[in-house]
Amino acid sequence: MHGRPRKALKPEDEAASSAKAEKLQQHVASSSFNSLFLSLSFSSPSINSNRANPVGCRYSKEALDLSAKLLEINPECYTAWNYRKLAVQHILSNSDSDPQSIFSDELKLVENALRKNFKSYGAWHHRKWVLSKGHSSIDKEMRLLNDFQKEDPRNFHAWNHRRFVAGLMERSEEDELKYTEKVIGANFSNYSAWHNRSVLLSNLLKREAEGYFPKEKVLEEEFQHVHNAIFTDPDDQSGWFYHLWLIDQTVKNEAPLLVSSWPSHGSSITIIGDNGLRGCGLSLLNGTQSDSGTLPIILYFNQAVKGINSSTVAIESELLTKELVWKPLAMNNSSTAQVWVVYLDLGNMELQQSKTYSVEINIGHSSGILSSNGNHYGDPSQISFEVFVQTANTEPTEGQGGKRTTWNDTNFQKIDHFQELDSIFTADQNHHIPKSLDWCTEEIVKEITNFRDLLSEYDCKIGKLTLARLLTALDMLSSQHDGRKSNTEEVLQLYTDLMKLDPTHSLYYKDERSLISLKQITSTRDSLLPYCHYHKDATETFTGHVCLRLQNLSLSRMGSIENLLWVQMLDLSHNELQSIEGLEAMQLLSCLNLSHNKFGSFTALGPLRLLKSLKVLNISYNELGSHSIDTTRYLCSSPVAHTEEFAWDRFETLTGSVNATNFWEAFLLFGSLALTELNISGNAVADENFRSFLVKVLPTLKWLDDEELS
Amino acid sequence: MTEPQDPFSFSSYPPIDPINFDLIVIGTALSESVIAAAASAVGKTVLHLDPNSFYGSHFASLSLHDLTSYLTSPHHPPRAASGGDSDYFGVDLVHQHPCSDVEIAFCDDESESFLRENSRKFNIDLGGPRALFSADKAINLLMKSGASQYMEFKGIDESFVYEANEGLANVPDSRGAIFRDKKLSLKEKNQLMRFFKLVLKHLDDTQEEKISEEDLEIPFVSFLEKMKLPPKIKSILLYAIAMVDYDQDNNEVCKDLLKTKDGIDCLAQYSSSVGRFPNAPGALLYPIYGEGELPQAFCRRAAVKGCIYVLRMPVISLLMEKVTGLYKGVRLASGQDLYSNQLILDPSFTVPSLPSLSRRDVLTERLQMLSQRDIKGMVARGICITKSSIKPDVSNCSVVYPPRSLYPEQVTSIKALQIGSNLAVCPAGTFILYFSTLCNDADEGKKLLKAAMNALLTLPVSENSESIPSVQSDSADIKPIVIWNAFYIQKLITSKFEFISSTPTPDGNLNYNDLLDATEKLFGQMYPNEEFFPKATSPEDPKDEDEDEDEDDDGEDSGITLES
Repeated sequence: MHGRPRKALKPEDEAASSAKAEKLQQHVASSSFNSLFLSLSFSSPSINSNRANPVGCRYSKEALDLSAKLLEINPECYTAWNYRKLAVQHILSNSDSDPQSIFSDELKLVENALRKNFKSYGAWHHRKWVLSKGHSSIDKEMRLLNDFQKEDPRNFHAWNHRRFVAGLMERSEEDELKYTEKVIGANFSNYSAWHNRSVLLSNLLKREAEGYFPKEKVLEEEFQHVHNAIFTDPDDQSGWFYHLWLIDQTVKNEAPLLVSSWPSHGSSITIIGDNGLRGCGLSLLNGTQSDSGTLPIILYFNQAVKGINSSTVAIESELLTKELVWKPLAMNNSSTAQVWVVYLDLGNMELQQSKTYSVEINIGHSSGILSSNGNHYGDPSQISFEVFVQTANTEPTEGQGGKRTTWNDTNFQKIDHFQELDSIFTADQNHHIPKSLDWCTEEIVKEITNFRDLLSEYDCKIGKLTLARLLTALDMLSSQHDGRKSNTEEVLQLYTDLMKLDPTHSLYYKDERSLISLKQITSTRDSLLPYCHYHKDATETFTGHVCLRLQNLSLSRMGSIENLLWVQMLDLSHNELQSIEGLEAMQLLSCLNLSHNKFGSFTALGPLRLLKSLKVLNISYNELGSHSIDTTRYLCSSPVAHTEEFAWDRFETLTGSVNATNFWEAFLLFGSLALTELNISGNAVADENFRSFLVKVLPTLKWLDDEELS
Repeated sequence: MTEPQDPFSFSSYPPIDPINFDLIVIGTALSESVIAAAASAVGKTVLHLDPNSFYGSHFASLSLHDLTSYLTSPHHPPRAASGGDSDYFGVDLVHQHPCSDVEIAFCDDESESFLRENSRKFNIDLGGPRALFSADKAINLLMKSGASQYMEFKGIDESFVYEANEGLANVPDSRGAIFRDKKLSLKEKNQLMRFFKLVLKHLDDTQEEKISEEDLEIPFVSFLEKMKLPPKIKSILLYAIAMVDYDQDNNEVCKDLLKTKDGIDCLAQYSSSVGRFPNAPGALLYPIYGEGELPQAFCRRAAVKGCIYVLRMPVISLLMEKVTGLYKGVRLASGQDLYSNQLILDPSFTVPSLPSLSRRDVLTERLQMLSQRDIKGMVARGICITKSSIKPDVSNCSVVYPPRSLYPEQVTSIKALQIGSNLAVCPAGTFILYFSTLCNDADEGKKLLKAAMNALLTLPVSENSESIPSVQSDSADIKPIVIWNAFYIQKLITSKFEFISSTPTPDGNLNYNDLLDATEKLFGQMYPNEEFFPKATSPEDPKDEDEDEDEDDDGEDSGITLES
């Protein structure tokens, strides 16, 4: 069904073309134009030694003819295309040349080459290059394209070229859209055509072209159009892809919006201070970890934004002593991030006991906050919270380092009523109401009805997936809207079914399911409460920590972080996590248990580097060091990539003695952390060598693998 | 190929030489022509005669004038020629006009004169509506026999099904057509496509999933019900795609209850026809210059292989050996006697049934046998000429009216075909529409056809207008006005293999499959040891070929010439 693969040559064709090529080669060999192949082979130094070679000879007519012949036989020879580009440029540099005829010869050659193999990248590229020079008529292009697209309407090379030519000709997008309609009408399994449709329609909608406004009307028509494809043949995925794009167009918010923050609006933070709140010992909530004396403020947006600074986000408070610098929480050093953080420095401040300090944050009242595709912040919003300073009534935290954090079930106690959660879930957590929400909801509800119908007729994977996505989208819309019954249970069931139905993609479904279950768990105060526990330390006394325990939930991916910004102690053990993308937003996190998961590399733990408060980390019983080739390494930055500040000097000093140059990953991770406890046992990497390396990298470390370091 | 100069002086006609043949064929309808070509191809000496001045007999395409006179003229009684050999007993042949109950009407004087002036520009099919599926037997036979080189085709643009109160709807006959369809609901689209896929899977040898043996034997309509297909889809599949004639839901009147396996075969043929040739997007093809080209192409094929052709030459009697009663030869209107081992007779010729059993001998018995005709009902045909299309922007299209779509008592489906001037069968700006249906009597047939015509066209008011069930058309658009129309009835006579064989009359189908099956069977009975168009005959003897195009036939499909 799918496409037409690049044909392997039929034996007879192959024989014929190799015979031709041989003849050509003989010809070359016998003639004095070896220079052609000299100049064709760019690996040879001939390109730079053109002083030795008279230039005229390198681009002689016969050499050009030979390369043309070569390309007509084998259009894949991109070296020859390149040679021709250089040759053309050389010839054009002669003042008496006629660019029009030269370029039209090139176009003819490309056409012949394309007739030989119209999936040749080199040939299409050459054509584009020639046309972009602007010396040739483009009238013929559409005719040629129609020819090629008639042969194979799905060829994406031709579609790419079509977009290029349409742009060059300034052909109207409406006409091009009609063309996609025609092609899709003839055979709707055509990803390229649907794709082009989405590109054209995006532009038309964006500029509100005549007949393409309002967006709602156009999208409704498109939904109907693609339904025909999906219902006619649910097994064909091309329509589904377009449908997914349509859902996205329906629900997506172009404008950046604030999703959540810490502290949240209307909350009050109790700081338990001792020693007149000087220096270390500053606590947040009931925690005790932060010894930096800073209070973080975290802003969590619906998409990556840039331009968060003291002018776009105005903070008014007595606690504010100096200009604040907002930091993007991103792994890639970019100035765009979904989560931004700023630290209020309270360490050097005289804070009055039993006094309530109020903090007011105004976001987006002056423009400057932009999404990555240039949309302005949607809805100016305000967050205000209170900070209450209380005298410590617990034991001073001296000797804290001597206690080891244990994660046994006996160390936790269920919480019946956790008042502090109230402040986390405030009623107006989402204080934005996007325009035309009613229409979105209505449209999604319509789609859901349609696909329930389809599934009742015909059980198909992609139909289930779409239904799950639609229900999720509906929940998302209605959570902003009203208290409609959520469809989480059904969505979870759908993903569970899909994992069985379609084992090939079960990892994807698992990830989606993880996200949904996390959303379900974190959606309300009541749903979250069962997962919150008081932590007791090894001596069975309550530390007063509240630990969020999300262990044994088969999670393969983290999500709903926006609801977890308050968490200081997190237990994610006994899951199937391979990555903790997004965890960097949890700036309050000080104790983290990731044991018994599936982390395969230190790179996968990269987000931890941004958790400045992290003190206790358990990554025992993972797969660190088990995989000789770590594929995540290619997705993440490496020291070679020059995007990371890598302290080579320190690294060499530390590893110089031990033969462990391959510990750079671990160094990159731990080098920027100040852990006091680390458990890395049960990983392939954790041999003696490595442990002694860790001790050097982490001078703050007091406990390693349940052993107290002397 | 020789033709007499003066059709009315048979006696002055130069005698045919030789006088002995392996086979004499009388009539140039499709079956006769195919047999003549097939017999010639295996080296038989064949004489092919036709009393008419044109090729094609019942499958001819005629000018308007010729058609009118053909339909209205009483059969031409051949003058009994005397003479001959006394060793043989001459049995006079009786020609029964193949068309009866002929009705012809003009709209007005103006159109009458227009048609008279343009009469020659028409090539009207006698056996219409008739078309070829791109993947059917006729196409394959054309390619196999080499006759395809004498023909050119064009695709029928659209296929419609007539729906009560709804008018014409496209037949959703392919994936693309289902996708584009505007009338099916999403659910129906899904159901229909899934059924197509089921059939394709069943037909695909590499697939495990098959329709069970029991299901293949049950009526197709029951199978469709079992598959939970709604009535609308069922009707499309049965009547517009499988093209069954009788109401499959009505056991009392249904004469052709289709079994699942046959239904599947029909679907398979239909679906492999769609898009077989890039220039023909639909399933159907039509020959440029009309269906008369088809028998003619086989005749040309036969002529290339040495078959002798004589037109305008009636045969007046059969020559039988007096003692044994065996067939020996024929006596021509010119008086010449010709002899052959076998004879193929146009079904409109018969011998008079002998009134008494006075001579009870072998000969009489045999003649009695010959005079008995196996008549399987009749087919009513109608032809209309209009000046506008039944569907704007569509020139050539087929229409099926499923049973009960016109009125509740309609038990057979009606097939129609509109052909426009781009197929060189009518002057520019005109359209020919053919209608046919099976029926038990002429009145019933005509009533059905008139209802079908009325649903889409405005018929000229005839004096003896009976009460035709009127079909409401909710659409306000003006129906094309019929400027000329004709009705006639043909009896359905099956082919027969006796000591004298006869071919079948045109059936009520849209395609030629059944006719060609019967023809091939007949050929096999006549020549059990000969292959029906052996493969080796394709490469031509260049010297035999007057217009050898010298195309190298490498691909199977390259034999068909399609005009885009």
